[in-house]
Amino acid sequence: MSGAVGTAETRNPWLTADAWRTLFRDRPVIPLLVLLGLLVILFELGPSSVNLGWAGGIFRAAVPLAILAGCQTLAMLTGGIDLSVGAIASASGFVVATLVGTMGLPAAILIVLVAAGLAGLVNGIGVGVFKVHPLIMTLGMSLVVLGLANVWQVQRVQTGAGVPPELRTLGSNLFLTVIPYNLIVFVPVALLILLGLRRTGYGRLLYAIGDNPIAARLSGARAWQVILVLYVISAVLAGIAGFLIAGLTNVASVTLADSYVLPSVAAAVIGGTSILGGRGGFGGTIVGALILTVITSLLSSLGYPEAVRQILFGAIIVAVAAAYTRVTQES
Amino acid sequence: MSAAAPTVDATRAGPFDAILGALRRNTWTLGLLVFLAILLAFTRLIQPTYGPTGIQGLANSVLPLALAATAQAIVVISGGIDLSIGSMMALTSVVAASSMQNQSDQFAVVVVIGVLLLGLLLGAVNGAVIVVTRVPDIVVTLAMAFVWAGCALLVLKTPGGGSAQWLNDLVLGPLGNEWIPKAGVLLVVIVAVIWIPVSRTRFGLSLYAIGSNQLAAFRSGVSVGRTKIFAYMLGGLFSALGGLALTASTGRGTPVPGPYTLLSVAAIVLGGVSLAGGRGGVFGPLIGVVILQLIRTDMTFLKLDPNLAVVAQGVILIGVVMLGSLLQQRRSRT
Repeated sequence: MSGAVGTAETRNPWLTADAWRTLFRDRPVIPLLVLLGLLVILFELGPSSVNLGWAGGIFRAAVPLAILAGCQTLAMLTGGIDLSVGAIASASGFVVATLVGTMGLPAAILIVLVAAGLAGLVNGIGVGVFKVHPLIMTLGMSLVVLGLANVWQVQRVQTGAGVPPELRTLGSNLFLTVIPYNLIVFVPVALLILLGLRRTGYGRLLYAIGDNPIAARLSGARAWQVILVLYVISAVLAGIAGFLIAGLTNVASVTLADSYVLPSVAAAVIGGTSILGGRGGFGGTIVGALILTVITSLLSSLGYPEAVRQILFGAIIVAVAAAYTRVTQES
Repeated sequence: MSAAAPTVDATRAGPFDAILGALRRNTWTLGLLVFLAILLAFTRLIQPTYGPTGIQGLANSVLPLALAATAQAIVVISGGIDLSIGSMMALTSVVAASSMQNQSDQFAVVVVIGVLLLGLLLGAVNGAVIVVTRVPDIVVTLAMAFVWAGCALLVLKTPGGGSAQWLNDLVLGPLGNEWIPKAGVLLVVIVAVIWIPVSRTRFGLSLYAIGSNQLAAFRSGVSVGRTKIFAYMLGGLFSALGGLALTASTGRGTPVPGPYTLLSVAAIVLGGVSLAGGRGGVFGPLIGVVILQLIRTDMTFLKLDPNLAVVAQGVILIGVVMLGSLLQQRRSRT
């Protein structure tokens, strides 16, 4: 894949239609960054001045979305989707807040991540072994997780729950008003995903299975193992994102991250990852998450209601997905 | 997924196979009916007072979800999936509630017709965007779910509006015998009047054709794009009916979409509709909806945590799909 990119770029140094197409197809990050830049300029012209504090706020809000969109990216590369990330993230944030009083933060985080991983394992078994449609499997899992979290909430109602101060600092504080602390979590996670997808055999297997499952099987890939691991990774990432969201909003609730599910899919789609599998990457997804966050901020500072934001989000997803489809099908 | 296609073709090979195939399809529905009967008996056993009022409540809670499931079933049979059903229901519901408030009964009739047309329009937009952009159905309808929900919020910020009295009377209460809820009768009539004629026509057949094999359908002269848009229009129409049912049974409109999209997917899978398209009908999902609701009721009777009902719905959804795909895998091997 990367080989093809190199030759295409050297062959088409000028702005032919072909070169543009190649650019969009193989390096979606570049046009996306341009779009992001345009949005920021729009912001500067419009409601308020762009300063470092604003940028810090944007990064801080984009990080949890980017992690959840990373779950979608990984799942979508294999032709799947993980709609259980919202429920798992909410439950993780909530359960940590209830457990931290009795057993301390590290143990609580460990327990929650193991539980999230188990939920992911069940997802993976369903999708990989039983060949259940990922949409249905993860949808069902999100109902199960939500229900269990509610049961837990009823049991824990006396003890109460508070987001631990460490998570609050990690999720919402800014270093020198610019650099959010949640980058401490995000940078290693992002590097792992980026390098994992590009440099490891496992990453290539994800692309291979999504691109052509039969060819992947015939060349010896055990799809079910790859998918099993994928959904475990996705669930653990969702758990981590849940901690950050709980810290960011200082709320521990069982429906906290539900509103992130559709934007996470949107960020991955905008970032150039095909929902049909085999094409895309995490770099584009990060920029996609940033674009969505900037648009949200732009609209709210212009005083538009939530409704307009939703309509615009939907329109953007369709427009971007249509552009990608056109670009990839005509070549 | 691809395993489904050869099986469908095989059932059309000869009359004997066709009967066998039809029987196999109906076994699922019949099995569901038996399961429903057992569940009803069980309900009666754990709650001896479960009677007409229970049936009334069941029918009222089933109606919107059943219409959503019908919408989803039609779209999925045609090979798509519509994740915007809940949002379309919210939008049509608030449009109906806000324009019927403090208006005459005659005007309410106009509103109902207008809302149904609106549903057709919303579905047509969904379908047309899918056909024109060639973006996968799931992405488009996910995005349209945002758009329609946003529009609903523009119409009404908070739950409100009103509903005409005759619309409430149409849905609530018993019809003649106290055991026969109006909502149930209405549901059967709506589905029978719209779905049965459609499924008997050439269009109904093309719906199944594009669902089971788009290329083959195209080569045998089916206009794939037009059929797809039609399927989504029907989905929109049933969503609008679901929205009207919401307004009628609650007397107002709520701009925030309920859990209908997800539950409709659960219900159709339980009802024997293949997510790969081209298989299943509308009556299986209707039974599926009743089963899903009844399980919820039973769990409250058993004094179980109502939240466990959500878990149970999830487990049933997953279990049924796992079973279905296992059967499919075995069938494709033999």
